[in-house]
Amino acid sequence: MMDWSIIIEKSILVVVLFGVSLAIAAYSTYAERKIAAFLQDRIGPDRAGPWGLLQPLADGGKMFFKEEIIPNASDKFLFILGPCIFMTTALMTSALIPWGKSMNIGGREISLQVANLNIGILYIFAIVSVGIYGIMIGGWASNNKFALLGAIRASSQMISYELAMGMAIIAILLTSNSLNIRDIVDQQEGFKWNVFYQPLGFLIFIICAFAECNRTPFDLPETETELVGGYHTEYSSMKLGLYLFAEYTNMFISSAVISCLYFGGYHFPGIDSLHLSQNVAALVSVAVLFSKTFFFILFFMWVRWTLPRFRYDQLMRLGWQVLLPLAIVNVLITGAWLTYFK
Amino acid sequence: MQSLTNRSVVVRKREMSFMEKLYLPAILGGMALTIKHLFKKKVTNKYPEVKRIFAPIYRGVHVLKRDEQGRENCTACGLCAVSCPAEAITMVAAERKQGEENLYREEKYAATYEINMLRCIFCGLCEEACPKDAIYLTDRLIESKYDRKKFIYGKELLVEKIDERIDISKRKKNYTMA
Repeated sequence: MMDWSIIIEKSILVVVLFGVSLAIAAYSTYAERKIAAFLQDRIGPDRAGPWGLLQPLADGGKMFFKEEIIPNASDKFLFILGPCIFMTTALMTSALIPWGKSMNIGGREISLQVANLNIGILYIFAIVSVGIYGIMIGGWASNNKFALLGAIRASSQMISYELAMGMAIIAILLTSNSLNIRDIVDQQEGFKWNVFYQPLGFLIFIICAFAECNRTPFDLPETETELVGGYHTEYSSMKLGLYLFAEYTNMFISSAVISCLYFGGYHFPGIDSLHLSQNVAALVSVAVLFSKTFFFILFFMWVRWTLPRFRYDQLMRLGWQVLLPLAIVNVLITGAWLTYFK
Repeated sequence: MQSLTNRSVVVRKREMSFMEKLYLPAILGGMALTIKHLFKKKVTNKYPEVKRIFAPIYRGVHVLKRDEQGRENCTACGLCAVSCPAEAITMVAAERKQGEENLYREEKYAATYEINMLRCIFCGLCEEACPKDAIYLTDRLIESKYDRKKFIYGKELLVEKIDERIDISKRKKNYTMA
C-alpha cells in the first residue's frame, strides 16, 4: 500500500519536472533571443503573441514540419541514437536536484526531490559525461567532416573541462563531508553560501560549466563561422530540435546545480523569520531556487553576448594549464585549512 | 624617413601586466558595458506599424503628376528616357483626340509609360530632365514581389490618382534649390 503511494507521488513529481524542464528550455530560446536583442539595442521577436511570447511554440511547430533528412552515407541507427542520448541525459540529471523543502499534504511528508541519492553529485557527473556520447555519436554517424570535427572538439573540450570541474567539486565535498546534494544545500542554510568559502572553486566551476554546456566563449563544437553547424550540421527537423533543446535543458540544469552547490540552493537568508506554514515555506523555497537558477541562465546569455569565442589552443591551454592547476591548488588549500584550522 | 604629419605614433608591444593577464577585470568591464545596453533606447522601427521618417532628399518610387485640373502633365517628350543612365524608362507617345482635353494637358501624351524598377537606380535624373513637371521621385517604397515582370511599373501604378494626390513639395524645393 505504502509502495504504491510513493510510486504515484514520485511519478507526479517526475512528470511535473519533465514539463517544467522542457518549458524552461523552450522559453530559454525566447529569452536568449530577447536578451541578445536587448544587449544589441534591438527589440527581438515580438510578432507571435504579445511581446512575441508564443515564439517558442512557433519555432517548435516549424521544427516539426521541416523535412526529416537522414543522409545516405550516414550510419542510420547511430544517427538517430545521437540526439536521443543527448536529450535523455539532459533530462535525467534534474531528478537529483532538491527543488525545495519538503511539503506536507494530508499528513504525508513529500520531498520535492525525485531521488535523494547519497552519491548525488557523482551521479550528475556520470550522466553529464554520458551526454558527450550523444554529441560524439551524432557527429560521427553524420559522415561529414564538419560534423566530425565538431564532435571531436566537443568531446575533447568536455573531457578536459570535466577534470577541472571535478577538482572544484572536491573542495566542496571536503568542506561538506557529503556527496548528497540535499546535505550540501542544507549546510548552506542562512547565508553560509559556499561561494563565500570557495570563491576560486566557484570561478573554476562556472567557467567549466560554460565549457560543458558548449556556451560562448566555449562554443567551439558548433562554431557557425568555421564548422557550418558543428556536430549537428547534417541534422534537420526535430532531431536538430532535440539537440538544440537538450543544450538549453543542460544550461537550465547546470544553472540549478550551480545554485545548489554554491548559492545555497533553496535557502535564502531571513526566510525562517517569516514563520510561514510548512507548505507555503516549501513553495517559497522552490521560488527561491528557481529565481537563482534563472539568474544564472541570464548570466549564461549575458556572457554569450559579451565575450568572443576562444581559439582552440587557447581553450586547451586554459583548461589544462590554468584551471586544472588552480583547482588542485584550491583543493590543497581547502584540505590544509580543514586540517589545521578546524 | 621624414614624417609628413605629426600624427605618427611608434607602436610598442608591451608585456601584459599580471592584472591584465587575469582577464577577469576586463571581462567584468565588458559585461558592465553590455548590461548598460539592456536599458538603452532601442533603435528598431516596428516596420509595418511605424514607418521611418525619410530624409527630404530621399528618392523612392516615381510618380507621374497631374495638374490642378487633374490632367496628366506628361507629354511623352522622352527626355526622361534619354537622360536615364540605367535605360529603365520606355514610353509610347500618342496624339490627344477631341474631347480628351480633360485627361491630358498637352496635345501629345504617353499612351504607355513604363519604368523597370529593377533597372532603375533612383538617381533622379529623369526628374531633373523633365521640362513639364511631370515626373518626380517620392518617399514611397517598392513592394516586394515574387515575379520579376511585376516590377515593370506601368501608368496604372505611376500616375497619381485624382483623389489621392502625392505630395512632392519636399522634392520640388530640393530640385529648384539645386
